[in-house]
Amino acid sequence: MPDQLIYAMEVFFNGLMAGVLYALVALGFVLIYKASGIFNYAQGVMALFAAMTLVGVMEGQVPFAHLINAVLGTKVHHFGWHLPAFVGIITTVIVMVILAWLVQRIIFKHLVGQEPIILFMATIGLAYFMEGLGDMMWGSEIKKLDVGLPQGINLWIDETTYNIFDYGFFIDNLDIVATIIAVTLVASLVIFAQYTKEGRAMRAVADDHQAALSVGVSLNFIWIMVWSVAGFVALVAGIMWGTKSGVQFSLSLIALKALPVLMLGGFTSIPGAIVGGLIIGVGEKLFEFLIGPLIGGATENWFAYVLALLLLVFRPQGLFGEKIIERV
Amino acid sequence: MFYREAGDFSTTYREDSQTFPIKFDRYRYYAVLLIAFAIIPFLLNDYWVNAIFLPFLIYSIAAIGLNILTGYCGQVSLGTGGFMAVGAYATYKLMTAFPEVSMVVHILLAGGITAFVGVLFGLPSLRIKGFYLAVATLAAQFFLVWLFNRVPWFYNYSASGQINSPERTLFGIPITGANTEPWAVYLFCLVFVTLSAIIARNLTRGAMGRKWMAIRDMDIAAEIIGVNPLTAKLSAFAISSFFVGVSGALFFSVYLGAVEVGEVFGINKSFLVLFMIIIGGLGSIFGSFAGAAFLVLLPVLLKNVLVTGLGWPTDLAAHLEFMIVGFLIIVFLIVEPHGIAQLWRVAKEKLRLWPFPH
Amino acid sequence: MNTDDGYITEDGRKIGGVVMEMKNITLRFGGVTAIKDITFDIREGEIRAIIGPNGAGKSSMLNVVSGFYVPQEGEVFFRGEKRPPLKPFEVARQGIARTFQNIALFEGMSVLDNVMTGRLTQMNSGFISQALWRGKAEREEIENREICERVIDFLEIQSIRKTPVSRLPYGLKKRVELARALASEPKLLLLDEPMAGMNVEEKEDMSRFILDVNDEFGTTIALIEHDMGVVMDLSDRVVVMDYGKKIGDGTPSEVRNNQAVIDAYLGVSHD
Repeated sequence: MPDQLIYAMEVFFNGLMAGVLYALVALGFVLIYKASGIFNYAQGVMALFAAMTLVGVMEGQVPFAHLINAVLGTKVHHFGWHLPAFVGIITTVIVMVILAWLVQRIIFKHLVGQEPIILFMATIGLAYFMEGLGDMMWGSEIKKLDVGLPQGINLWIDETTYNIFDYGFFIDNLDIVATIIAVTLVASLVIFAQYTKEGRAMRAVADDHQAALSVGVSLNFIWIMVWSVAGFVALVAGIMWGTKSGVQFSLSLIALKALPVLMLGGFTSIPGAIVGGLIIGVGEKLFEFLIGPLIGGATENWFAYVLALLLLVFRPQGLFGEKIIERV
Repeated sequence: MFYREAGDFSTTYREDSQTFPIKFDRYRYYAVLLIAFAIIPFLLNDYWVNAIFLPFLIYSIAAIGLNILTGYCGQVSLGTGGFMAVGAYATYKLMTAFPEVSMVVHILLAGGITAFVGVLFGLPSLRIKGFYLAVATLAAQFFLVWLFNRVPWFYNYSASGQINSPERTLFGIPITGANTEPWAVYLFCLVFVTLSAIIARNLTRGAMGRKWMAIRDMDIAAEIIGVNPLTAKLSAFAISSFFVGVSGALFFSVYLGAVEVGEVFGINKSFLVLFMIIIGGLGSIFGSFAGAAFLVLLPVLLKNVLVTGLGWPTDLAAHLEFMIVGFLIIVFLIVEPHGIAQLWRVAKEKLRLWPFPH
Repeated sequence: MNTDDGYITEDGRKIGGVVMEMKNITLRFGGVTAIKDITFDIREGEIRAIIGPNGAGKSSMLNVVSGFYVPQEGEVFFRGEKRPPLKPFEVARQGIARTFQNIALFEGMSVLDNVMTGRLTQMNSGFISQALWRGKAEREEIENREICERVIDFLEIQSIRKTPVSRLPYGLKKRVELARALASEPKLLLLDEPMAGMNVEEKEDMSRFILDVNDEFGTTIALIEHDMGVVMDLSDRVVVMDYGKKIGDGTPSEVRNNQAVIDAYLGVSHD
């Protein structure tokens, strides 16, 4: 087999695993969008915020330390403890649920029935606010996140592929774990939406707010629930990407890749989000591998968006979205 | 009583359709122009120009541009930073390639080039709408920044990857480079701002503006009464991008002098300009100014109060600024989606009746 | 267009030749056939009504006339010429204006601006002229303003000229929508349920305006309406549809006595 093809296969697998994570984040978007018609731009910043909180809690950082010091003239920074990962994760989940509640209570309760584009802009405002809040609470320096996930090259795959192709594939253990977790989460979200009482209520709300309300579904509860789930999804994504490349602002931009994923897959379709995620993950890695070197590299920054843009010109509803029929 | 229109009659349609049909407004407008052109230039120093006036004027042009697209034509764009970068890099290439040609020509040409790029990225707007389009414009943002970062031709193969604006003069007075006078750069930008505002106002109050607003308010109905959505949307993209390009050109050549594209024209720039028009007022030229003034003054104010006054570290003030801006966006969207401009209109109505309640 | 073959209406008005002719129109949405093989015409200066029970395909028919839907089969002749499949905005430029069942005004604009949008097809000054507000752009603005003001006077909405449309009550919005359609000086005016949701007084006003428009400007009008009394009073000729098919066509009195119509529509007591 030619070398180039073998390398491409390696890139393909890596892309597939990146894609699963995109799909996971995209699912967070789909949940919120289906249940409330809100297209949540803040999802990326939520992932960043969750990761920052997790690091902060585990490292025993004092929240708002800089602010407290500036105002009171003190010099507090750390509580002086180091907590195990699961305590940190549980605390962060609680924080994200409280955040979901606040977001619903303070913002979107007042914007019910507004045009989608207004809601969208409000989430941009939310993203800005949370970016500032995260930095204010935990400081803006790049942080290392380690919750005990395995990292480094997977030797078994390396050896096996070496025996077959004479070339060992470099596949990170972290990616494998991330893929397994993401697949599990995606599956459980789908099952949740499809088979549980709350999932059914959520889909009812998605179809028609008023009708759902009239059969006794609490809109408020559903909305807080989906924001919490989205917060949890953001946390998982934040852990994966944070472990890989440190907790920093660019993390929120990576998470935003889920946007073109959605445009590709159609906003209302769960399978669409999954397939879209895989296409983007594989596509951007392969594109960078094949074309990137010719045109200056770092094409991952825009590939997903341009691909989605081009697709939308030909299929405005995305790959799996329902056809839009205009009426007067 | 402070503000009156009684006894102010329009007897022709020409008088009725002018920009300020009310005499009081008209005089105030002349007074503002007089102060801006004849008094402020004498009072300026470096700090005032660089911290407040230049950014305010240049962002106002960008905000007017984005307002035409988003506020008047209803197409939300998150690519403003990228389009400003097009204006900046086009000016840079033109300045270095044709040093003998006037800066005014370069800046206008840069606007024209940006308009072309804007139309290119505006083409999808014919098929996709709302936040689908908003996300699609992110493609422009990320792609353009990448392009200027990675293709050395755009920054003339300089080692730093930056672009630097060489000294150019207008009527013998330097307006770019290191040796500029505060009043000269101020006036140079002021002329562009004034002309931009007048042109934008003329376009939006006439046939073209009505086409844009019809598309914004109900695109299907607009099409059925005879508006061609292709030309309406693309003209909005072109004109909007022209202004945004001019502002990018001024931002680089006159204001900053040196630019690294990812830092200066990143996605946060897109949001900043979008926030200006949300806070200032969608679909209002005055709102573009108000929003630009607000978001230029806010960090200056915070810095003066928190950093200079209370001795906070700078980054803390910056974080607080993010929180305040995000918070204000949400508040405006909830309470007053038409921004400061609407608050101003309401205040005028109140003033007109004062001291009576009705 | 043959102008000789007109007719005299019951109230003695002279109706001219055929303005629009629909020949064997069939319209399908996927598997659903909304309109099946319908043929009828609209003549110069008449008020033509399309009636039928809910779901009969009236609105679809009007959308075919207005060019918003392109039928799968059949031909549309407008002013003697076969109309190719056009984009909606091109139809408007041919001189067909319409109002909508659910008001489709531009909510962010004033009444005057809304009415002025009706003139957009007539305004074609260049970009430079518009940017400078000099020359042709300014002249056009004033000329078209005069036309719009005539319509505004005619429909008695002078006092709300500068009011944002979003502040108006329902009945007035309907009137503004009519004004916008009239401002384009249409050769054919389509009204989609102009009286839906109005009280008796507003209906009377609207009927008067429709008759006045037809009388004053000689505008050809095609309308859809539910209120049978209104339809019978207003219109010169009526097309009756049921389940996408035409079951009757003629003057109100002819239609009223048509057995098929009585069976399908009038004869069946709904309430």
